[in-house]
Amino acid sequence: MIILGLLDASLGTIIWTSVAFLIVAFLLKKMAWKPILNSLREREEFIDKSLKSAEEAKAEMSRLKSDNEKLLAEARAEREIILKEAREMKETILGEAKATAAAEGERLISNAREEISKEKARAMSDVKKQVAALSVEIAEKVLRKEFEDRTKQEELVQEHLKRAQLS
Amino acid sequence: MPKKTAELKLQRTDNKVVTRVNKVGLFALLLTFLTFWSQNGWSQTHSEEHVSHAEEVHGEEHGQEHEEEGWKIGEWIMHHVADAHQIHFFTTSPNTVDEKHWSLPLPVILWTNDGLKVFSSNHFYHHPVHSAEGHVYVHDGFVMNHDEMIFYGDENGNILKEEVIEKNEAGEDVAVMVPMSPLDVSITKSVVGLFFTGLLCVLIFASVARAYRKRGKSAPKGLQSLMEPLILFVRDEVAVPSIGAKKADKFMPFLMTIFFFIWMANMLGLIPFIGAFNVMGTMSVTIVLALIVFIITTINGNKHYWMHLAWPPGVPWPIKLILVPIELLGIFIKPAVLMVRLTANITAGHIIILAFTGLIFIFGSDPVSLAPNWGAGIGLAIGSTLFMVFMFFIELLVAFLQAYVFTLLSALYFGSAVEEAHH
Repeated sequence: MIILGLLDASLGTIIWTSVAFLIVAFLLKKMAWKPILNSLREREEFIDKSLKSAEEAKAEMSRLKSDNEKLLAEARAEREIILKEAREMKETILGEAKATAAAEGERLISNAREEISKEKARAMSDVKKQVAALSVEIAEKVLRKEFEDRTKQEELVQEHLKRAQLS
Repeated sequence: MPKKTAELKLQRTDNKVVTRVNKVGLFALLLTFLTFWSQNGWSQTHSEEHVSHAEEVHGEEHGQEHEEEGWKIGEWIMHHVADAHQIHFFTTSPNTVDEKHWSLPLPVILWTNDGLKVFSSNHFYHHPVHSAEGHVYVHDGFVMNHDEMIFYGDENGNILKEEVIEKNEAGEDVAVMVPMSPLDVSITKSVVGLFFTGLLCVLIFASVARAYRKRGKSAPKGLQSLMEPLILFVRDEVAVPSIGAKKADKFMPFLMTIFFFIWMANMLGLIPFIGAFNVMGTMSVTIVLALIVFIITTINGNKHYWMHLAWPPGVPWPIKLILVPIELLGIFIKPAVLMVRLTANITAGHIIILAFTGLIFIFGSDPVSLAPNWGAGIGLAIGSTLFMVFMFFIELLVAFLQAYVFTLLSALYFGSAVEEAHH
């Protein structure tokens, strides 16, 4: 059994070592290495996944940011367009209103003019009527006065008749 | 005001530096002085050592006359690194009547012709006897020699021997007297160290595993965070590169066990005053580890592995004739090398540290009269201690390195066994 003074191998120690080492190896495998290696792997996968998702979130964020910017620019452009349109609309409405107002004014004025002329005509006809009536009345009065004197009337008729015989 | 304080402080640091320089200088001077002082005794002791070595060779014939002859450092070191039936902490009042060994006796378990015998090793150590076998211990019909080997014998320390017919170099049958020994399955010092290491591993990693279960995916904490880099090291630097990510999982439990087992056993051996365990420096322990590596490699060997061994492709056939036997032998040589490397490295570390300890006592006392030689002793004590501190750091590294090397090579062997053909 002696190999070299020091390097003795004794069967008893070999037996004990085998027993002890195998028990320790078995216990450690069941109690320690499996849970340790498993949780290490789980943790590594978790970290990997977390890093990846963080990366994705970052990309998402930048995507969202650029999207936001695009949206903002679009909104800004739209605002410009709307403002421009509003301005244009204001112009047209104003123009239209002005035109309508002018036309209306025109119409009102012409209406007034018409009315005025109508009133004028009516007033004129009234005046004419009154003048006529007055003339008739005067004439009546004149005539009445004229016809009060019978002899003069007869003279006149004679005169007219004389003239008529001439023609 | 602040300026003044600053100046004061500056002055104080200056003083401190000066004092330190003085201390270092004084220390160096003392060291040099003491070393020179001891030079005188050195050659003398050296020659004495030489003589005592020469005598050691003939020691067996002279028997006990030489037992009292000085102190043999070689024997002392070997005795300390070898396995024992007790855990020896220290000795008080050595070489005097009051000499007392502070040690923990261990159970001796023997499988004898009359069945199992179990008794404390104190029974041996309390009954030293000088016999033809030298300095031995006796108890109940058993004799334990200086190398802690147990034989059948009598109370006078004589070992029972039986005649065995063996062939000598010339091929003739010769009767040889072989000592008879029972099967010694005692719990020796290395076995205790082994049990302790195993217990420590199980306790530590059960607690670490509990931490992993409890903390889930959160960052490691405490003992868990101490062990995690090592676990990851074994997985990512040893197992995966050698075996491949896919197949490494299968071998991970064994590789982790062997790594931490060896490392902790080595660290245990570095703790002073607990009996200088030399677990991984015990052949009987490493032989088992190597055997397990061999078994795992062999049963996991795939077709590609065996084909490569039996008929290496891409090699001209005359070379195959040389290569194949070498490769086949390599199956056994590889684990054997693992075993020897680990044992030798760990033992060597212990031997060096013990040698430096021993040096102090060699130079510290006159080899003949055993009178203390204080100058040389103290001078060497300082030098030796400095070197021992250095050695301890190296040993810390070696403890880890050997565990790493053993694990790495095992992983490489497993890797070659399960490698798929890819060329």
